[in-house]
Amino acid sequence: MSNEIEAIKDPGLPAHIHRKADHDPVAAKRAERQVAILFGISSLGTVLLIASFFIPEDIFIFVPVMGSQNAHQLGLGLGMAISLFFIGMGAIHWAKTLMPDQEVIAYRHELRSEDVDRKEFVVAVKDGVEASGIGRRSVIKRSLGAALGLSALSPILLLRDLGPLPGNDLKETSWKAGTYLVTDPGDRRIRASDLEVGAVAQVLPESDDPEHRKLNDIAKDAVLLIRLRPEEFNLDAERLSWTHEGIIAFSKICSHMGCAVALYEQQTKHLLCPCHQSTFDVTRAAKVIFGPAARPLPQLNISVDGEGFLIARTPFSEPVGPSFWGRISS
Amino acid sequence: MTTEQRIGQVANYVDERTGAAAWMKKNLQKVFPDHWSFLLGEVALYSFVILLLSGTYLTFWFDPSAREVIYEGSYAPLEGVQMSAAYASTLHISFEVRGGLLMRQIHHWAALIFMASIVAHLMRVFFTGAFRKPREGNWIIGIGLLTLGIVEGFLGYSLPDDLLSGTGIRIAEAIIQAIPVVGSYLSYFAFGGAFPGEAFIPRIYIVHVLLLPGAFLALITAHLMMVWYQKHTQFPGPGRTEKNVVGYPLMPVYMAKAGGFFFIVFGVTAFISAVASINPIWLYGPYTPGQVTAGSQPDWYMGWLDGLVRMAPPLETYFFGYTISWNILIPGLIVPGILFTGMALYPFIESWITGDKREHHLLDRPRNAPNRTALGAMSITFMLVALINGGNDLIATNFDLSINQIMWGTRIGIIVLPPLAFIITKRLCLSLQRADRELVLHGRETGRLLRLPHGEFVEVHEPISPEKAYLLTSHEQAPALALPDVDGRGVKRSGALRNKLRSRMSVAHSEAVPKVSADDLKEIEHH
Repeated sequence: MSNEIEAIKDPGLPAHIHRKADHDPVAAKRAERQVAILFGISSLGTVLLIASFFIPEDIFIFVPVMGSQNAHQLGLGLGMAISLFFIGMGAIHWAKTLMPDQEVIAYRHELRSEDVDRKEFVVAVKDGVEASGIGRRSVIKRSLGAALGLSALSPILLLRDLGPLPGNDLKETSWKAGTYLVTDPGDRRIRASDLEVGAVAQVLPESDDPEHRKLNDIAKDAVLLIRLRPEEFNLDAERLSWTHEGIIAFSKICSHMGCAVALYEQQTKHLLCPCHQSTFDVTRAAKVIFGPAARPLPQLNISVDGEGFLIARTPFSEPVGPSFWGRISS
Repeated sequence: MTTEQRIGQVANYVDERTGAAAWMKKNLQKVFPDHWSFLLGEVALYSFVILLLSGTYLTFWFDPSAREVIYEGSYAPLEGVQMSAAYASTLHISFEVRGGLLMRQIHHWAALIFMASIVAHLMRVFFTGAFRKPREGNWIIGIGLLTLGIVEGFLGYSLPDDLLSGTGIRIAEAIIQAIPVVGSYLSYFAFGGAFPGEAFIPRIYIVHVLLLPGAFLALITAHLMMVWYQKHTQFPGPGRTEKNVVGYPLMPVYMAKAGGFFFIVFGVTAFISAVASINPIWLYGPYTPGQVTAGSQPDWYMGWLDGLVRMAPPLETYFFGYTISWNILIPGLIVPGILFTGMALYPFIESWITGDKREHHLLDRPRNAPNRTALGAMSITFMLVALINGGNDLIATNFDLSINQIMWGTRIGIIVLPPLAFIITKRLCLSLQRADRELVLHGRETGRLLRLPHGEFVEVHEPISPEKAYLLTSHEQAPALALPDVDGRGVKRSGALRNKLRSRMSVAHSEAVPKVSADDLKEIEHH
């Protein structure tokens, strides 16, 4: 065992070395002055803060390295920084130069209580339990347990109205058969010819009240239109029939965590979600080719009406946005 | 009347009503050991005070409401844009309230410093073994504070309802929604219906400014009272033992230093906030679910989580028409759950491995606990790889790499690098122990060369001071637990597998380079 071997002895605390200010009154006086100067700088900082408060907010000054800076903001911030920082510096300089710097020793007490106290504690608890009779009167114990357990239900019940149940809400969007695709922003109906090959546009379903679209609706309805040359598609017959003259429409809400899939690379025809870099191949019905998303972006079946405006031929065939437990259950 | 008399009068007034003198007398003399690393927890505490002050200031103008308004403030680019009142009032604080932008930036910077100092403090406590008995409870409170800090920070930067923070909320909603069976219900309860709704901002506001700060105050109070009552740990060294505390008295030295340090932390935070812009929400625009900012990044203490989510493989299972999104659950809930539970339980795990149930008030030098230090390095490596992937888009653009390269690099790295870090750190610690042993046995290399009569060159070594020699040898080197498979009568003990595991880990934990004993030194002198 290690304690059989003699360890190197503890030489004890090293001898205390006095500072100059401890015995030289001149040095002590100098330290005192230094502390006062530090506190003085702090006061100047407060003056700067007060002065900066009244600088008009549209004045910009050039500061080397930082470039053009708003004088009001910079003055306020620097004034505050100086005023606070130098109070701290003064206090610490004071403590380090003039207050006693001799280390002192205190002793620890063992945290464990005396055996007598521990015994008496156990007795007190036992007596208390005994006196209450909870051990003997099992009817009381059980009914109390039941009462406490039941009362815990009330907060759960009272929190019920935090929100409605989801129902079918997560599975439905505003897209219906025949809904017009309109530009976002602008709310104009779109003809196939409005979109050049290679272009991409964000669209929403036409709304009676385009001025006041609800974010809840946009969170499910946002759709991306991308126009390719029809021969660039690599789709099965059904999905190909969902496109119109090379225009293909996908939900813009990422199938991974619901971010807007906003980055379209024209060269590779990939859609990229900037949140977690899930990458979807537009030519193959938004198949996931990289990243954490597990499902393609839902494709919207589109066509044109008699006047050549783009419409949805059917609603989305599956829920848009991130997965949830009952996503594909009926 | 002199100052002394006046203080005397006040003290008398208070003491006659509270009897505080006896307690105060003892505690004003309380000794605190000094070490730079003990300041890390203080930085966290002071940042918290700064957060309370600056946060209260912000509430005077902030309107936590998702109500739609048309912006009519002084920031011209957003003139006439539809936005939430929360976003509009944040713009108001930034552009019309004098000092408002400064306070917003102080609040945000202080939050980052708060989290950074908590993490640094946690590492200090971990690597020095300060979590050991009797401080396991305080360690758990600390983990609680860290966890709350992450949540509080996330809610805080979600409040302005700008495009970036709204995207963050969307991701949080997707994590809630991914919880099996009840996910979509929980999400509808949290958001008062479908995402984003109008209920969420006011709800997280009250959680952010009342509920969590209250929890923080309670936990921080308990944390500090425990430190006070159990007395601070100290680093080993001459004159320092398990039974004493060597340091400076609270009054006046520690008060002046700690009080002054508060002002320094506040001053530095104000300086950073004066010169470095943070979260310029007016550049992002108001939140709308159909848009997103390129390079969406959470604050750094959430970055590792986002990095894990980004690197997760695209796994979903479907059965009986139900969906389980492993690509969200594993990185978003399961791995963080394991990490934080493991962290909270570590003091108990280590004490189970070592069988050590004694109190410890002297800290370990990290090299003298190679296994623990290596485990820490391994965890940090894991977090760093995840964090790097959380910024993969920024790294890709800045260093001209492709996202795919970084993603695959971190996917492999997160499995390969942590164990590697463990092995390397453990070897490093043992080498440092060996170096300590050399130093005690043969002294310090002076750099002076000596040519011996027969032409050989040797370097002159100087013996080190007895203080240093003591410091390098005062640590304990406990042997591994002896856990035989069979008991005294040759019968196989129950729980053999558990014993085997414990015994294995105990051996790994006690691996060390034997420290120098007084006998070794004597032997050398005889040469």
